[in-house]
This record gives sequence, C-alpha cells and structure tokens, in this order.
Amino acid sequence: MGAFDTIAFHPERCDGCGACMTACSTAKGGASRLSIVPGAGDGRFELALCRQCGDPRCVMVCPAGALFKESDTGVIAWDETRCIDCLLCTAGCAYAGIALDDASGRVSKCDTCDGDPACVKVCPTGALEWVTAGDIYRDYGEKEDLFVPGLSACQGCNSELIIRHAMRKIGRNAVVATPPGCIPGMGSVGYNGKTGCKVPVFHPLLTNTASMLAGIRRQYDRTGRKDMVVMALAGDGGTSDCGFHAVSGAAERNEKILYVCVDNEGYMNTGMQRSSTTPFGSWTSTTPVGDHMRGKSQDAKDLPMVMVAHKCAYVATASTGYMDDLYAKLDKAIAASFEGFSYLHIYSPCPTGWRIPSDKVIEACRLSVESNFVTLWEYTREKGLHFTRSPDRPIPVQAYVEMLGKYRHLNAAETAHIQAKVDEKVALLRQLAAA
Amino acid sequence: MRKTKYLIVGSSHAALEALRAIRQVDGDGAMAMLTRDAHLPYSPTILPYVVSGRSPASRVLLRDEKFFAENGCTFVPNATATALDANARTVALASGETWYYEKLLIATGAAPAIPPIPGLENVRFHVLRSLEDAQALRASMQGARRAVVLGAGLVGLHAAENLAEAGLVVSVVEMQDHVLAGYFDATASTRIEAAFRDHGVTLHLGRKAVGIEGAGESCTVRLDDGTGIEADLLLVAVGVKPAVEWLAGSGIAINKGVLVDDALRTNLPDIWAAGDVAEARDFHTGSPSLIGIIPTAVEQGRIAGMGMAGDSYLKPYAGGVPVNTFRFFGRVALSIGKTTEGGAEIAEHEAQGYRRAVLAEGRLIGFSSVDEPFDVGVMGELIRRRVDLSGCRESFLARPLETGRRLMSEGWR
Ligand SMILES: Cc1cc2nc3c(=O)[nH]c(=O)nc-3n(C[C@H](O)[C@H](O)[C@H](O)COP(=O)(O)OP(=O)(O)OC[C@H]3O[C@@H](n4cnc5c(N)ncnc54)[C@H](O)[C@@H]3O)c2cc1C
Repeated sequence: MGAFDTIAFHPERCDGCGACMTACSTAKGGASRLSIVPGAGDGRFELALCRQCGDPRCVMVCPAGALFKESDTGVIAWDETRCIDCLLCTAGCAYAGIALDDASGRVSKCDTCDGDPACVKVCPTGALEWVTAGDIYRDYGEKEDLFVPGLSACQGCNSELIIRHAMRKIGRNAVVATPPGCIPGMGSVGYNGKTGCKVPVFHPLLTNTASMLAGIRRQYDRTGRKDMVVMALAGDGGTSDCGFHAVSGAAERNEKILYVCVDNEGYMNTGMQRSSTTPFGSWTSTTPVGDHMRGKSQDAKDLPMVMVAHKCAYVATASTGYMDDLYAKLDKAIAASFEGFSYLHIYSPCPTGWRIPSDKVIEACRLSVESNFVTLWEYTREKGLHFTRSPDRPIPVQAYVEMLGKYRHLNAAETAHIQAKVDEKVALLRQLAAA
Repeated sequence: MRKTKYLIVGSSHAALEALRAIRQVDGDGAMAMLTRDAHLPYSPTILPYVVSGRSPASRVLLRDEKFFAENGCTFVPNATATALDANARTVALASGETWYYEKLLIATGAAPAIPPIPGLENVRFHVLRSLEDAQALRASMQGARRAVVLGAGLVGLHAAENLAEAGLVVSVVEMQDHVLAGYFDATASTRIEAAFRDHGVTLHLGRKAVGIEGAGESCTVRLDDGTGIEADLLLVAVGVKPAVEWLAGSGIAINKGVLVDDALRTNLPDIWAAGDVAEARDFHTGSPSLIGIIPTAVEQGRIAGMGMAGDSYLKPYAGGVPVNTFRFFGRVALSIGKTTEGGAEIAEHEAQGYRRAVLAEGRLIGFSSVDEPFDVGVMGELIRRRVDLSGCRESFLARPLETGRRLMSEGWR
C-alpha cells in the first residue's frame, strides 16, 4: 500500500463561508459529505471529512462488504447495492467521515470526485487543498532507486530524500557530479573502490564542478548522445562560494547542464561553517553567539535570483515540504537542461547544523515556505518569473525562526530584521512576477 | 498432519482483522484459517437482510478466493474444530485431520443460546447465526402465518421486523420490561416499541415463556401469566453463548467465554482469543465481560493479530464499549457506552427525536438517541479517550454533533 492524493484542510484559512458544502451537495445530489463546524474561538472553523484511512475501521466493521479501499486511488469506496444501511461504519469512524444522509436514509462519504474534488475548486481562501504528493510517492516508489541502500545522512536529513527521488525521476541516462559536501559525505561516490550510485558518478573539486560538467556534455554532444542528463548534486558552498565562478561561467555560456543546488545554508559537512547563503542571525561554528558576536551579521546571498540575472534556460526554487511542486520543477529542469543551463535550488534544513529535532525537518520546510522565508517560484526566458505557490497570507517569520536552534539567541529586533528582509525579497519578487 | 505458523479458527470479523494485522508486519509467515462454515467469510449481522431477501446470499461474502491467495492464507471451509491439544500445539477437526500451529487464534464466535423451556425439544424452531439458518427461516416464512420470537434483543427485533414486513402476525416475548434493554433507557425503548406495535407486532414485555406445547411445525407458546400464543414459526433469539465446547479439557481458562488479558492472550502460551468467543476487559467496569458486537470483535482481532506477529506497536486493549446501531422500519436508534445506568449526570433532550448524554466527572460515558442520528464513532472516541468536556459542556449538550465533530477535527488533524 502506498500514499495517495488527498484533500488537506488548513483551518487557519477557513472563514466558514460554506461554499464547499454547497458545492459538494450540488455535485453529489444529497447532503454535503464534508461539514464545516464552528471551532473553539470566534471566526475559527473545523472540518469533518473522510480521511480515506490506511487501516479503515469503517471497512473492517462493515458486515456487508459494502466498503473497501480502492487499491489504485486509496479512496474508501461505498457499494450502495451491497450496503444494508446498518450504520456500523459510522461507529467505526472517529471523524464523522461517513454519516447518515437524513434525506436518503443512507450513509454518504467523500469519494474525492474521482480526483477532482468540487469542494476544493470553490474554496475561496485555500483552506481546502488537493494535495497530489501522495501520488508522487507511489509512482516513484515503483521506479528504480539509483543510489545504493545504506547511504547514511544524519538522522532526519533531507538530502537522501532529494537525491533518491531526483535520480528516480532522472533515470539511468545520467552522469552525476557530487562535489565535496554532505551528498558525497553520505557515500554517493562510494567506499573502497565501490560506487554508491548506479549511474556514473564523480567527485569534482568544489571549484570546478560546472566546468567539468560542461566538458562532459560537449563530449556527449560530439558522439551524438543527446539523451544524457549531465548534472550536479551540489551544496550551497560549492555553488555560491568556491564554485561560483564555474557556475556563473557555465550559465553565461549556456552550457546544457542540470545543476541542482541543495542549500542547507552552510558548510554543514565539515563542521557547520557559514557560507554566503547562511542567513542573518544564524549560529554557525564560524559565526558563534557570545559576547562579541550574535550569529552571522550579514544577510544571505540570494543565489537563485543571481541565476535569474544570468538568464538561464530555467531557474526554480523548491522545498521538500512541497514534493509535488518539486517534482513538477524537476521535470521542467530536466527538459531545459537539453536546451541550456538549468538551475534548481532546493532549500534543505539541516537537523544537525540548525539544531532541529530530526522529526521536525519537514515541518521546518513547511514553515519556511508558509512564512515566505522560502518562496517557491520558477523563471524561464520566455515567461519570466512567476510564483508556483502564492506568497499571500504568510505566517509571521517568527513561527519559523523559533523552531530552529540556530536562532535560539535572537531578540525581537533581530527577528524583525529577518522579517524585513523577507518582506523586501517578496516585494521584489512580486514586481518581477507582475512584470 | 498439516502445519502452519499462524492458525486462525473461525473466519468472521475477529479472524479477518487478525489476518490483516498479522500481514501488516509478517508478509509471508504461513497462515491458515479454518471454519466450520461451508462458505467464504460472511457476517452474522447480515443475516436479517438475507431473511428479508434484500441481500442475496451470493452477495454477502466479505472476501473472495483471490484475497486469500494474495494474502498467503490457506482458507479451509467445512473444518469444524473439535479439540485443542496445547502441549502438542495441535487442533483436531471433525474430519479427523489435525493442524499443528506455532501461534493460535481462537475466533469461533458465539452460538445461539437455547433456553431450557420444557417442550422446546419437541418442536421445530429456528435460530439465526449462519447462512443456512437464514435460508431456512426465509423458506419457512413463506408458508407461515403466525410467528413467535423469543427475545427482543438485536437478533429478535431484526427478525420480528422481517417477519412483520413479510405479512406474518408476529408476537415477541421478552423477559425484560423493555426491548434492547442493555442499550437503551426506557424513554428510548418506548419509542422503538411503539414503532413495532404500529407495524402490528405484539410485544409481550416482562413475560417469560414457561412451556412450548405441540410438536413439529405448529405449537403454542405458554407465558408465565398463562397466555398461550399460537405459532407456526418459532424463532429463538434469547441471546448467544461463546462457542467454547471444542476447548473442553484443553486447559484453556474459561468463564462464560475464553478469558483473555489485555493483549488478548489466553492463559496458555501462544494462544490468543478474540471476538464473541472471548471474555475480555469491559471499558467501563474494567472486569472481564462478554460484549458480542462487531466493533469489539474487530478491535480484539487486531490486537491479537499484532501480538501473534510480534508487532512492537501493540497497545493494550482499553476494554470493550457497547455499541448499537439499530435501524427499524427505516428509523434510527443509536447507542454507545453506558447509557442506561443512573448515578451519573444525565442530559436528555426530546423533540422530534430523543437523545440522552450521560456524563461522569465532566467526561462522556454514554450517548444514545432515537430518531436523531449522531456520529457514533465520534462519541465513541470521546468516551474511549475520556476527553474532558468541561470547557465546552454547554455547546456539547446543545449541539452534540457539531461539537463532537469540532473536537475530533481539532484534536486529530
Ligand atoms: C442476526 C444478528 C444480528 C447482529 N447484529 C449486529 C449489529 O447490528 N451490530 C453488531 O455490532 N453486531 C451484531 N451482531 C453480532 C455480530 O455479528 C458478532 O458480534 C460478530 O459476528 C462476532 O464476530 P466473531 O468473529 O467473534 O465471530 P462470529 O461472527 O460468531 O464467527 C465465528 C466463526 O467461527 C467459526 N466457528 C465456530 N465454531 C467453530 C469450530 N468449532 N470450528 C471451526 N470454526 C468454527 C464460524 O464458522 C465463524 O466463521 C449480530 C449478530 C446476529 C446473529
């Protein structure tokens, strides 16, 4: 059994308008299958809706075999011809996801409108969202993992997720450069003469990654192999600092390279030193917190914007908290890498260096995006820049900052500085996006 | 002798959930499911609908051959267990075959209890627990005119409705003063009784059958007040007793049912019991009791299966909570938890429908209603988790459905 697409509810965005319920009952011709109810405080609302459980109690208590989990969609389906209206399913569900429709005298439940839910389409505030990440995990679970088992990053680290999933999508026709950083540190380049990757992989210098890839691409072009993805899985240090001249040069020459930068805001692999993408206020081993220093005193270089200025074939930002978005961008980035320089910047919180509990890394990804600390957008020469997730209605950056140990020392003024930088960045992006 | 790692005796709700739980962690340990029945699994609860004709027997099966093949479980019908030898780890069947197990689940459910009424042995009477019982009752119903049902529990009332809808003259005899006594208080039961009377069913409440006169198909049921009721169809539905006969002499500890601990283990090593056959903790009293309903069978089956497979996520059984979802003549009566006893704080509301919330120390312990549907599972969760309602007491009592949904949404995103 795998993961499935699902309807997500963001209670903080719900204003109780009820459009979803109207749409549901219109689409389904009966009582609404979701119900919005008043929440604990004024203006707060809650939702009762089938959660299409993985171990559905409603199914197991049904004496008629009328409920079952569809193996391809994950939807708990109801067979009305078998149902005897006994209501035992309603005793099995703790969320009121299946309930009696008074008018028909029968139970009714959400079937996600075959993957195109009517409720989500009419929700004006984005409180209901159709999340397709589940499908992605299922599809990619079936694809070949091109890294060997047993590569070990720090517990909770995103890099393994990123590289295993990215390479599943890219496939076997690839040559991968993993310059010094956490990814080779995990074992991608191998041990004792054995490689950690099932496609050709090499370990360039921090400084020459993009140059070496340019050469490899040209050689493939020369021999007529147009189908090879020539790519880097690099860190922020190797991209933004010591490797920057090579990256900038390759971009300027429009070399046909897929360059993935996994940005954990520092040299985490070598002992958590600051890099040019380390944001203001961050504790690192070279920007300590003490009598004379309070973390990094400069602001981060906005590398993806720098790449936009290079007018690459493709530039995008992504976060592992939003895998559906990341996947869509990976598709475009791969396609663009056959045309010119293609740059994908993936923000990747570091549990060890940022001092985040290992089970809270994805949560950090989500809050970084919800607060606009990280913005999700893409750029092409033809269409310019546009957001792939709206920066409207952000949560305060405080909510993100306070979950990270590296910001534990921040005072109100310092947090306000970070908020101001976020606002400034979003304002500029909005101008570019509007143009 | 046939051998298997996991042997499950019985093929109903408890058994099927145990199978699922085992396969969750052990994908290929050898497994066999034995059942006395001739069919693929089905639920006894469906039988009233087989009697009425609404559910054809061919469409009540809960699993198909493919399911068992995919789950690597050998399904053995027509396999009546007759003895257990816990030292040798074997189960003997009526056919003479024996099965060796490493882990055994007793999930043989319950069988109709037959009361010691003089004369009952001389007449043909029906019970309702198997598909064959349902088909026999349906066949007899066609020619019969007057039916007597002994017992006004779930089975008796379901059947009484079937028989009345089929045009028979129906009388129900019940020892207690009200129908469905364990589940509903007098106000609720009275509403249900009125519906049955409106549909022509005669209820003899607070009466005992003391003798059955006659032989063969026709008889007179004599009550303790001297009344005689004539019948050409007699259904005995006075309750059930756990199917434990085959365990006699095995050393398994049995009170009324097989006694189990909170991991659903019996007193003997590597033997579990779940469902109607088991006597497990009662949520409210903490003492062993029989709660013969599907939700407890499923919950127990799951925990037993997890234990059998050594699943480290096993959490002990919190105890059975009585649940009843009862449809009668298109109407709805629901109950969960402790709804009948006094002592606790009771909030009733009666308009079109009737509802009753029972609280103790600011927490819900029971909820029931007639003609006013509510989310049984939500109330069950509030009861089982002992959710403190003191912060939202007013809104809960005024709008239980809405408030319950809110609490579940807030608590479990
Ligand atoms: C008419 C009717 C209506 C009901 N309505 C409801 C309701 O509305 N709600 C509710 O929750 N519950 C209801 N119940 C009760 C519910 O059906 C039971 O609680 C549930 O079926 C128990 O499941 P179980 O797995 O413990 O055993 P059972 O369903 O009793 O199954 C026992 C299994 O063991 C097998 N077996 C028995 N003895 C042997 C043996 N010696 N060897 C091999 N196999 C054996 C049987 O063939 C069967 O497969 C109703 C029951 C009946 C009869």
